[in-house]
Amino acid sequence: MFAGTATLLRLGLRLDRVRLPIWVLVLAVMPAATAAQYQDLYPTDADISDVSGILANPALEAINGPLFSVTLGGLTAWKIGATEFVLVALMSLLTVVRHTRTEEETGRLELVGSAATGRYAPLTAALLVASIADVVAGALVAVFLAATGLPVAGSVAFGLATTVTGLLFAGVAAVAAQLVGAGRSATGIAAGVLGAAYLARALGDTGPTGLSWASPLGWAMRTRAFADERWWAPVLSLVVAAGLGVLAYVLVARRDVGASLVPERPAPEAGSLGSPFALAWRLQRGVLFGWIVAMVFAGAVLGGSANGLSDSLGSNQELTDVLARLGGSAGIVDSYLAAVFGIMGLTIAAYTVQATLRLRSEEASQRVEPLLATPVGRVRWLLGHLAFAVLGTPLLLAVAGLAGGLTYGLETADVGGQVPRLLGAALVQTPAAWVLAGVGAALFGLVPRWSVLTWGGLIACFVALELGALLGVSQWLIDVSPFAHVPKLPGGSLRVAPLFGLTAAAAVLVGAGVAGFRRRDVG
Amino acid sequence: MTDTISVSGLLKNFGPTRALDGLDLSVRTGEVHGFLGPNGAGKTTTIRILLGLARSDGGTARLLGGDPWKDATDLHRRLAYVPGDVTLWPNLSGGEIVDLLGRLRGGIDRKRRAELLERFQLDPRKKGRAYSKGNRQKVALVAAFASEAELLILDEPTSGLDPLMEEVFRASVAEFVAAEGRTVLLSSHILSEVEALADRVTIIRDGRAVESGTLTELRHLSRTSVRAELAGPAHLDRVHDLVVHGDRVTFTVDNADLDHVMRQLAGIGIRSLESRPPTLEELFLSHYEAVA
Repeated sequence: MFAGTATLLRLGLRLDRVRLPIWVLVLAVMPAATAAQYQDLYPTDADISDVSGILANPALEAINGPLFSVTLGGLTAWKIGATEFVLVALMSLLTVVRHTRTEEETGRLELVGSAATGRYAPLTAALLVASIADVVAGALVAVFLAATGLPVAGSVAFGLATTVTGLLFAGVAAVAAQLVGAGRSATGIAAGVLGAAYLARALGDTGPTGLSWASPLGWAMRTRAFADERWWAPVLSLVVAAGLGVLAYVLVARRDVGASLVPERPAPEAGSLGSPFALAWRLQRGVLFGWIVAMVFAGAVLGGSANGLSDSLGSNQELTDVLARLGGSAGIVDSYLAAVFGIMGLTIAAYTVQATLRLRSEEASQRVEPLLATPVGRVRWLLGHLAFAVLGTPLLLAVAGLAGGLTYGLETADVGGQVPRLLGAALVQTPAAWVLAGVGAALFGLVPRWSVLTWGGLIACFVALELGALLGVSQWLIDVSPFAHVPKLPGGSLRVAPLFGLTAAAAVLVGAGVAGFRRRDVG
Repeated sequence: MTDTISVSGLLKNFGPTRALDGLDLSVRTGEVHGFLGPNGAGKTTTIRILLGLARSDGGTARLLGGDPWKDATDLHRRLAYVPGDVTLWPNLSGGEIVDLLGRLRGGIDRKRRAELLERFQLDPRKKGRAYSKGNRQKVALVAAFASEAELLILDEPTSGLDPLMEEVFRASVAEFVAAEGRTVLLSSHILSEVEALADRVTIIRDGRAVESGTLTELRHLSRTSVRAELAGPAHLDRVHDLVVHGDRVTFTVDNADLDHVMRQLAGIGIRSLESRPPTLEELFLSHYEAVA
């Protein structure tokens, strides 16, 4: 039943020889880097207890969970814990689905299965690949944290929580991969469980604690690294992980290779798609809906976090300075909101880039050629997809602004006043994000193979933003980012000239892309 | 007769490699034209230029009386194309894709669509990602045959089809050209398929046409295989691939020398004789063996 597992394990590690080390390295370095950063920012426990007041607000607890101890270790675990556990879960579930259902769906597993491999071998190998990554990541996390001078017990607890969270979601993915026939659907189910776990934990940490205990991410946090560690919490995760593993094996034994437990629903026999735009809508709508939901949540949380901020923050001069540089100097809350919407603009620009680069992925997968061999012109096809980048961006910004304005307005009893203010603060980001759409379109039209560099442009904008928070960086480095020219709202003055400038730049870039695409070979 | 496709001296470079090196191709209206060549000979590149997906670096190409690059959109109303490697949108069903391509080409005949689905035994209710290679090919074929196009451009369209479906495909092509004024350009390296379907053939090598004409014309230029049982020892000249087993001989002979060789055979005395015109495969190989 397990014959060939060792061979498949070697194959799996070989296939992931670049991907997994990168994941593991990011997971291993992030907590230690956070600790080192806090060490610089707050050298003593007294500094930490000064800022702990800000951290006690419900919005930040929804994002990061409760702060269990006012120490450097406690602050580090609090700041990075949620991100770390979500990422390790993602790494594990993607790895397991990739090596089980995706392999099966593409038929590669049949090639392997016809060789001398046991029924359980592919699943075992996939779980082993993920487990190795989880264990190595957790061990490195502990070692690196301890190396920055944090207590060993806490470092080990945090590393352990990382590993068992990964293992648990490897189990979730192993079960999901048995249920449905498509790798994407299996990933969707496992990621959905992760999302639900995150939401339950976020709600539980701001209200009914019982919900946090329903979430594996809640268990990981309640290992209480650096704060009187609870060693039985990781054991709980391990038990659930083992249970899920057993369930996956039971399910594997009950089905044929390639079959799923949930039968595929028959797809529509006929369709009503009749234009390139209708097709683009069909292909892009799922991503757009996902972003809308995420932005409702993010906007509401960030808007709700602003009010509790003012008192505690005023006493920390360094933080006030950072906020003033990021968000302008019109009062601490407005600066904070302006900084938040600046980051929101950049985040939504990731959608802009994603929607734009759909052009390239449609071309690279050769799906565009049969379309362009119909009377559909090139420009019409291109604009069909670009419409999502151009219109989806302000839509998402508006959603985030509305949600933020509502929650902040409710807290300050000024809904009528805050909704338009924060809506404006969000929408002014639009032209800057459009510039990235322009960059993507221009690369696509002129040098299609380099389209992916658009993501580099987005990263450059993030770096410019980070640099903007520091002193002594030459202004031109920051000014490279279109987002540096966006008026800092709310609070700042609405200067329209830069908005027109950015829009014009975006239009020129799109124009160059369209002209390039009309001239070049497709494919 | 007018030409639906006329290409002359077509050039196309990909960086330092020359994909098309002065290609000539003429496809007459109403015919099935076989476009033959091994992988990498330039068949797909030619088709991509004809579809306006790629731009030529020299030479001329006319398609349905227009310029394939400048008039692409208008010309595409009148043609349907099936690529050799069909990729489908993983989330759209086969039926949706057939309808999408049909609508984009300006409408679809529901009755004909249903008939073709039945004939090709294609289940339209599966998602694009769930189809096997052959079934993906069928999705594109059904969409193309259901269209009202004047010109079908098929680029190795039967890769992945089983022999039964291959037969259905041949019948569908024959039916398509039966209507007045319809033309098919069939790029292929499956010689039996071309032999069964094509009125005329163009063989290309390294981006140039090396042979063009009807099969009969091409055969005339080539050799005939002969197997004979003779009354005496075989002393033959101007023959190729001669194998002698006692009084049995097999050889091939250039058609121009057929008369000369037959006289020699008659002189020796013929007990039995079998002769066979060259298959397309032999024609094809005779052009490519030179390189090997």
